[in-house]
Amino acid sequence: MNIPTLAELTAKGQSPDVLFWVGCAGSFDDRYKRVTLAFAKILNAVGVSYAVLGTEENCTGDPARRAGNEFLFQMQAMSNIQVLNGYGVKKIVTACPHCFNTLKNEYPELGGNYEVIHHSAFLQQLINEGKIKLSVDNAFKGQKITYHDSCYLGRANNIYKAPREVLEALNADLVEMKRCRTTGLCCGAGGAQMFKDAEKGKKEINIERTEEALATGATTVAVACPFCMTMMTDGVKNKEREAEVNVKDLAELIAEATGL
Amino acid sequence: MIQQVVFAIILLGFSFFIARRISLIKKGIQLGKQTPLTGSTSARWKNVLFIAFGQKKMFKRLVPAVLHLLIYVGFLIINLEVLEFIIDGLAGTHRFFAPFLGSIYSVLMNVFEFLAVAVLLSCVFFLIRRNVLKIPRFWSAEMTSWPRMDANTILMVEIVLMLAILTMNATDQLLQIHDPHYTATGSLFFSSFFIPVFENLETGTLIFVERFAWWFHIVGILGFALYVTHSKHLHIFMAFPNTYYAKLEPKGHINNMPVVTNEVKSMLGIAEAGATPPAEPGRFGAKDVNDLSRINLMAAFACTECGRCTSECPANLTGKKLSPRKIMMDTRDRVEEVSKSIASGGAGLSDGKTLLGDYITKEEINACTSCNACVEACPVMINPLDIILELRRYVVMEESGSPASWNSMFQNIETNFAPWKFSPSDRFNWPKDQA
Repeated sequence: MNIPTLAELTAKGQSPDVLFWVGCAGSFDDRYKRVTLAFAKILNAVGVSYAVLGTEENCTGDPARRAGNEFLFQMQAMSNIQVLNGYGVKKIVTACPHCFNTLKNEYPELGGNYEVIHHSAFLQQLINEGKIKLSVDNAFKGQKITYHDSCYLGRANNIYKAPREVLEALNADLVEMKRCRTTGLCCGAGGAQMFKDAEKGKKEINIERTEEALATGATTVAVACPFCMTMMTDGVKNKEREAEVNVKDLAELIAEATGL
Repeated sequence: MIQQVVFAIILLGFSFFIARRISLIKKGIQLGKQTPLTGSTSARWKNVLFIAFGQKKMFKRLVPAVLHLLIYVGFLIINLEVLEFIIDGLAGTHRFFAPFLGSIYSVLMNVFEFLAVAVLLSCVFFLIRRNVLKIPRFWSAEMTSWPRMDANTILMVEIVLMLAILTMNATDQLLQIHDPHYTATGSLFFSSFFIPVFENLETGTLIFVERFAWWFHIVGILGFALYVTHSKHLHIFMAFPNTYYAKLEPKGHINNMPVVTNEVKSMLGIAEAGATPPAEPGRFGAKDVNDLSRINLMAAFACTECGRCTSECPANLTGKKLSPRKIMMDTRDRVEEVSKSIASGGAGLSDGKTLLGDYITKEEINACTSCNACVEACPVMINPLDIILELRRYVVMEESGSPASWNSMFQNIETNFAPWKFSPSDRFNWPKDQA
C-alpha cells in the first residue's frame, strides 16, 4: 500500500490537507497496526489528501507527562513541534485519543497550534459528507455492538457523539453499557498505567469493564483507542469469549463494512 | 435589657471565634502557590451560577439531589429569618418585621415553616441513608469515626434547630391569644400541629418554652456557624469560590510547567534571545501543601466528603488504595495541621511531616489512570487529579522514585522516541507488514 510521507510530498512541492499522526501504538503494536492500515485504506479509498511523518514522528510525550516526567514530555513536545512547524502542518488527524488530547490541548502552550481531529470525528465527517458510503446491508447490519468510551475522548474532550454516529451508520444494533458517556468506566490503561503493572487490588480494571461489555450481549466491542483495544482484547480473552466477541476499532469496522 | 446585653455578648463572642477561624483558613489556603487565572471571566461566573448556585451537577443522582435541594433552599431562605432574630435580640423587639410586612409576614412564616419541615425530613432521610441503608460511599476506608460523626452531627443539629423553630412558633401562637406583646402572625400551618403538646401549659411556662426555643435556635445557629468552619460542611460557602476558580480547559489538559519550558528550550538551544534567565525553579511538583496551588488548597476546604468521586474511581472500584476523596481530605488535614502549628508558633511546614509520605502514599497516586471520572463526578468541580499529578511530578523529578517499569518507559522514550523498546527506524514499517 502506498502511504505518502510529508518529506516526499514536500520534496515534490506538494502540501497535503491533513497529517495522519499514527502514534507509537499505531506504528509498533501488532494489533493496532491493523487499525492504522484500516484507516489508511479508508483515506486512500476516499482520496483524502494526506501524509504521514513516517520515521520523523516521535512519541507525543503523553505517558511521560502523566507519569510526572514533565522534562521528558516537554523535550518530546518541543522536538515534535519543531518538525510539525517546519513542515507548516495545519491539520492533524490521529487514531489515538492520547495523542489527540496532547496535540490538541497541550501543544499550543509550547508553540504548536494545529487543528487536531480524532479519527472518530474524521470518519463521521466523511460519512456525513457522503464520501464513505455504507450499504444498508453491510456485514454489521443488525449486529449487536457496544461502544466503550475512551476517557481521553469522552470526559477529557467531550467527544461522545462522533463515535456513536459512526456506529449508527453501520445500521447495527448499538447497545450501551451501564456506565457510558460521562460515567464511562476507564479500561485501566490511562495515566501511563499501560506501562506498569496495576497496584495491588481486588480486581483488574479491564476485567471489570469487560464484564460490563459482555453483559450487554454485544458480539462486537467497538473501541477508538489503542490502549482500550489492548485492555478490552485482553479482558475478552481472560473471559475466554474471544471466539464469539470481537474487539474492533471504528476504522476497522468501517473498512470491513465497505469491503476495503 | 439584660437579655439584650447577653445577646450582644454572645453574638460578638461567636463572631470573634468565627472570624478567627476564617482568618486561619485563609492563611492556610495562602500557603499554596499563586497561579495565574486564565480564561473567560463570564465562563467562570456561569459555573458559579449553574453549578454552585443552581446545583446542576448534583442532579446526576436524583434522590440525593432533591433532598439536598430542599436543605439548600431551606438554608438560604431560613437565614432571612435569622436576620430578624438578630434584630430582635439586639433591639429587644419581638418579630421586628411583622408590622412592616403585614399579611405578607404570615405568608413568609408559613413558607419558612414548610422549609423547616422539608429540611427536617430530608435530614432524617439522609441519616437513614448513611446509617441504616449504609450507602457504600459513606463507609469506605477514609470514612473513619470523625468524618462519619461530622456528617451525622450536621444532620442532627439541623433537625434540632428546625424543631426549635417549630416549637417557638407553636408556643408563640398560643401566647398570641392572650398577650398583645406577641404580634399576631395569623395561623402557622406546620407549627399548629405542635400546639396540642403545649396548649395545657400555664402562661409562664409557655413564655419560658417560647424564649428557650428562641435562644436555643439563635445560639444554635451561631454555634453551628462556628462548627461549620471546622467541618466538611464548609462546602456551603467554599463551593462558590471553588466553581469560580475551577479549571476551564478541557479535562484532558494538564497544566504546563513554564519553569521546565525555559530549561528545555535552553537545552535544545531554542531559547528566545533576550529571554530572562529562568528564576530559581524551587521544587518540581508537590511534596507538601505549599507546593500545591491555592486553588488546590481551597478545593480541599470545598470538599464535603460526599464520595461521588471515589464511587466512580476505577482504581478504587477495583480495590486499589487510591481514593480521590481521601486525596482532598488529606490535603485539608495537612493544611489545617500546618496552619494551626504556625498560628501557635510551632514548626509549621518544617515539622518533619509532608503531604506525600505522611498522608498520601505513592501506592495511592500510582494507581490513578487519569480518567477524570472523579473530576466529572464532583458536584462542586473539585479536581483531585490535579493534586495527584503534582505529587507524581515530585516523585519523578525530585526523587526519581517512580516504579521501575515507568523508568524503563521514560528511557525508551528518550532513546527510541516511543514508550516501548522498538527501534525508531522501524516506525514506518507498518505499511510493509501487510500482505
